[in-house]
Amino acid sequence: MSLTPDQLQRIALLARIEVSAEDERGVTDRLNAVFGLIDQLQAVDTSGIEPMSHPLDARLSVRQRLRPDEVTEADRRDAYQSGAPAAEKGLYLVPKVLE
Amino acid sequence: MLNSTLSALGAALAAKQVSSVELTKLFLARVGALNRKLNAFITVDEEHSLAQARVADERRAGKGTAAAAGPLTGIPIAHKDIFCTSGLRTTCGSRMLASFTSPYDAHVIERFDAAGAIQLGKTNMDEFAMGSSNETSHFGPVLNPWDVARVPGGSSGGSAAAVAARMTPAATGTDTGGSIRQPAALTGVSGLKPTYGVVSRYGMIAFASSLDQGGPLAKSAADLALLMNTMAGFDARDSTSLERPAEDYGRELNLNLAGLRIGLPKEYFGDGLEPDVRARVGEAVRWFETQGAKTLEITLPNTGLAVPVYYVIAPAEASSNLSRFDGVRYGHRADKYADLAEMYRRTRGEGFGTEVKRRVLIGTYVLSHGYYDAYYLQAQKVRRLIAKDFADAFARCDLIMGPTSPTTAFALGAKADDPVQMYLNDIFTIPAPLAGLPGLSVPCGFDARGLPVGLQIMGDHFAEAKMLGAAHRYQQATDWHLRAPKEAPL
Repeated sequence: MSLTPDQLQRIALLARIEVSAEDERGVTDRLNAVFGLIDQLQAVDTSGIEPMSHPLDARLSVRQRLRPDEVTEADRRDAYQSGAPAAEKGLYLVPKVLE
Repeated sequence: MLNSTLSALGAALAAKQVSSVELTKLFLARVGALNRKLNAFITVDEEHSLAQARVADERRAGKGTAAAAGPLTGIPIAHKDIFCTSGLRTTCGSRMLASFTSPYDAHVIERFDAAGAIQLGKTNMDEFAMGSSNETSHFGPVLNPWDVARVPGGSSGGSAAAVAARMTPAATGTDTGGSIRQPAALTGVSGLKPTYGVVSRYGMIAFASSLDQGGPLAKSAADLALLMNTMAGFDARDSTSLERPAEDYGRELNLNLAGLRIGLPKEYFGDGLEPDVRARVGEAVRWFETQGAKTLEITLPNTGLAVPVYYVIAPAEASSNLSRFDGVRYGHRADKYADLAEMYRRTRGEGFGTEVKRRVLIGTYVLSHGYYDAYYLQAQKVRRLIAKDFADAFARCDLIMGPTSPTTAFALGAKADDPVQMYLNDIFTIPAPLAGLPGLSVPCGFDARGLPVGLQIMGDHFAEAKMLGAAHRYQQATDWHLRAPKEAPL
């Protein structure tokens, strides 16, 4: 696979990352170098192989732990919001999204 | 004192030859003297450390209501700046979190606090643990104490350099694709990446959650065992933390090497290995043979695919994990924006460095519509092939040995603008975490330029005690791990 600068800007939009026009070419070139590395995977025959999403699932029976559906956290809203860029009356402030 | 093992420091504290306040002052002074040159620490708060040291001294004296003193009570430990600490800011090496202080402590921090260890400071690292040279840190590169024109490795490069320069008796790190073992090798210290799920990831800022694992860096394997006894353990707040009985990681330090089957993967001794690295690792392996260990050539045939698999899976998970840095709840927010969407893009464009943005973009691409099956699912399938290689190998051998890194420490800037060359340098450390396996690195000599070489020892899941035993036996017969670097004379 190989990206064009236009395709890069589409990915950057999805990732919510601003890439300046000045950086566009260099970012695209280096990403394409990495995609060249990744493309080696296309030649591997993986028919019949299950995807591995948990690193121990091949050797151990790993089960997802469940807990009772009970409130376990204390209210620490003020502590959590003390580091927010903009918060007021318990709310996080962001630019208006609805007129 | 600066070159003492953790057990020697513990004994000196118990015998009242030194107080924790004195010990903490000694290491704080060492940090003060060397950090300007090496840049190993991002945050140090002397008052915070000394307040903890005073409490530790009272605990050692049996005063107050605290639990009885343990082996680490009163000993300073540095923490990679990826572990959240409520008492010290946590930056993860990023502009995004340059002024962030966590409202809670990581599980690993809670464990060390409960043991009475002293938080000596927060160590420098590649931004969000993405890097192999420490050059991606927003706070500037860490320099290698063996040669300040060279990198210390990464991403736990600050922790490794701090231990190597004897600025701290030990440190914590994290390893996703080699971030404990590679810097340990390049700075001449010992480092362990445990089995996935052994150390809780709670409060450890997430990079790639199916790979990330915390672990210790120290001067010796025996010290690593002592640190693991504190760090490891079940924690319900990490959904992948394993419910296992507590184990003593030092129980096999006197491992009998006679008959131990050591596998030498032929893929780890091929082209691209520096001649001095090959020679030093070969000498270490021969020492094990003189002790009665049996070596055999094995094959891990999919080794060459590990780096491509990693650079699909790790960026994919990173692009998801790092979506939380949006300028709303914590961290950096851009000054100028017209609307919410632009606020996100500017905040992330400014707050993340080049390498982090590159990996988020890679991850976004391989997870995007039309590419998910071809790249992400295919990488997960090849990941299973890599894990199967190890399962087949461990049916034939007890431990696997080889080089930790194909080269010794490289020059600052040498690979900084070439991501593919940087990524390929991690070829020997990336496979183990893909398979969830433990791996460690111990120093095994020097190259012709006087730079340290690391021996990697890998084991099956939960084989940490045996790996540490083999490493400890080697360190009883050698003194590579006791050498201090020339830029930081004792």
